[in-house]
Amino acid sequence: MAKSETPLLDELEKGKWPSFVTEIKKAAEKSPMANDLLHQLELSYKDRIGHWKHGGIVGVKGYGSGVIGRYSDRPDLFPNVQAFHTIRVNHPSGWFYKTDALRSLCDIWDKHGSGLTNMHGSTGDAILLGTTTDHLQTCFDDLSEAGFDLGGSGSALRTPSCCVGPGRCEWACVDSLDLCHHLTMNFQDEIHRPMFPYKFKIKISACPNDCVASIARADFSVIGTWKGDIRIDPAEVEAYASSDLNIQREVCDLCPTRCMEWDGRQLKIFNEDCTRCMHCINLMPKALRPGEEQGATILVGGKAPIVEGALLSWVLVPFMKLEPPYEEIKDLILRIQDWWSENGRSRERLGELIKRLGMRTFLRALDLPATPQMVKAPRTNPYVFFWPEDIQQEVK
Amino acid sequence: MTTDIGPPDYKTMIPPVVQRNYGKWLFHEILKPGVLMHVGESGEALYTVRAGSPRLLSTETIRAICEIADTYCDGYLRFTSRHNIEFLVSDKDKLEPLLEELARRSYPVGGTGHSISNIVHTQGWVHCHTPATDASGPVKALMDEIHEYFVTMTLPAHVRIALACCLNMCGAVHCSDIAILGIHRTVPKPDNSRVPNLCEIPTTVASCPTGAIRGDMKNKTVTINNEKCMYCGNCYTVCPAMPIADPDNDGISIWVGGKVSNARSTPKFSKLAIPYLPNNPPRWPEVVDAVKNIIEVYAAGARKHERVGEWIERIGWERFFSLTGIPFTDKHIDDYEMATETFRSSMQFKWR
Repeated sequence: MAKSETPLLDELEKGKWPSFVTEIKKAAEKSPMANDLLHQLELSYKDRIGHWKHGGIVGVKGYGSGVIGRYSDRPDLFPNVQAFHTIRVNHPSGWFYKTDALRSLCDIWDKHGSGLTNMHGSTGDAILLGTTTDHLQTCFDDLSEAGFDLGGSGSALRTPSCCVGPGRCEWACVDSLDLCHHLTMNFQDEIHRPMFPYKFKIKISACPNDCVASIARADFSVIGTWKGDIRIDPAEVEAYASSDLNIQREVCDLCPTRCMEWDGRQLKIFNEDCTRCMHCINLMPKALRPGEEQGATILVGGKAPIVEGALLSWVLVPFMKLEPPYEEIKDLILRIQDWWSENGRSRERLGELIKRLGMRTFLRALDLPATPQMVKAPRTNPYVFFWPEDIQQEVK
Repeated sequence: MTTDIGPPDYKTMIPPVVQRNYGKWLFHEILKPGVLMHVGESGEALYTVRAGSPRLLSTETIRAICEIADTYCDGYLRFTSRHNIEFLVSDKDKLEPLLEELARRSYPVGGTGHSISNIVHTQGWVHCHTPATDASGPVKALMDEIHEYFVTMTLPAHVRIALACCLNMCGAVHCSDIAILGIHRTVPKPDNSRVPNLCEIPTTVASCPTGAIRGDMKNKTVTINNEKCMYCGNCYTVCPAMPIADPDNDGISIWVGGKVSNARSTPKFSKLAIPYLPNNPPRWPEVVDAVKNIIEVYAAGARKHERVGEWIERIGWERFFSLTGIPFTDKHIDDYEMATETFRSSMQFKWR
């Protein structure tokens, strides 16, 4: 038997979890590109270092975004991955697919690329992993013919994504699927033609469980919520009480605001103190439901550490109703992007710009009121700026 | 050439049972690990079977998944925000046969409730130019070892694991219960012959969080103050002539205690647990052991519904280090901009 050329990677075909090495080998049976990828990766495992050259600017006509160029630093050994570009394909809202659509994506990719994908990239796109420069345009043309478009990359609006929402969740307070699709269609130009100081991401979660991690992974986070009372079904509460759920310990004692009372028969919620964290609803989905007046909280600024440190998005608009045609939220996004485009430095994320210029400047530019919901606590230092009009002018 | 058509409309991709019950779901139950039942106000039910995926998929595997979905799900499926595959079953009679078929094909079914679901991860040596480690390899090595937690629901709460191959932290590393992060430990080396042609010097200078880079305008290059550099690699991202990768010193750091949901406590960042472990392909045994240790100590000590970060905040960080046996070092003490906010300005602490 011939000695394996990929002894290190072969180890990763063992074990119970589905193996990415098996996936690359499957593709390698048909694609010389995938075969060279496999062998270059084996070299990386041996050398403990990546073997891709820095950067690479490639794309398709009419767009400045959507393709990530990549070149091997060992084309002498692996000529079929000399160029190995990624194409980001905008996924349908909530990653729902009909098999015929997925098959047409596979047919196009087998024709133009390595036969390898990521389902999906972290931002949400379907990732087509590895093709040559001369296939980019023809691949795009075929994708477009089949009803698919590219997603975002570079200093553009990136592909918006959302949780499964009303498609399959009783807690959805906004139509995350529809809003995501609507915003994606509305901002096609901003996605395909980079025009901002840096990247800008929108993610929509339909409740505070935040199943797309909007608060951590988006500059503009839309998270569903409600006003008014949590709806209680007393019969179902009783059913939980006679199950193995300990309502006092597991529900009431873990409520962050201690706004619940359980006397062994009846559950009371003092809704004015509830911060809608979802814990009680998560534990008793049959008995408790979000309130009927539904909308979303808009938070801004989330990003990873580079350059100034990681940020979680913070509250900008405590409550906004979200219904088609979504004029209010579209207008807010436009005003934020205008202000950021005007004031942002090169490669400065929205969160960093707000930190640099201050929330008061940002709020004034957007004509939004300051509210206590925006802060965990008021400031502790006395270094307070006042606007000129706050000050009594000199008496003549 | 048609442009700006956007993605396919999701309305053409959702199964009829979803269309009928859209926005009118009443409740759900986890029937067993990896199997959900959602019931609409209409009384109609949708069954979901969640299967693990390596995220990196060949078209051949996608076609195999499509075949399964055609047989059991009328041609409908979806992917989750953690890259799992969900088969959407409207006919209850097809649920067990689907589970049998998935078992035959060795697809792990799980990732629901108090389990460890899929690991959100990045490109690594498969496709990126700035990684300090691989992504797919460590994920496979770890998921093999903690497979039991994917197919059962025995933990105090769900445990989210994420991996990023460099400090860009693509994905969810900064807000996960346990996070694996590729790091460098050596200063990049500017190639003075290439910097003038390949790099924009002001951008390169501005890319440095600690101000370690200065322009050398006379020689059209940059200089690095080695004492101020903490090897983040952001200068290499903007300037190709400053390579930083180093096989012997690159490796992995481990972070703990992050979360994004608002349930009980507010969202939290992950915090440093282990500053450095070596890259040891193909199975990264040091990393796998370290993560397993943290999971086991957490599983033994945390109360029901308590996430890793909530458990640590209850017992205190000094106790986290003594219980896990992880050595605490000077590297754990923040020395970036808001460092003093993380210092202990109180008399309240435990001796171990």
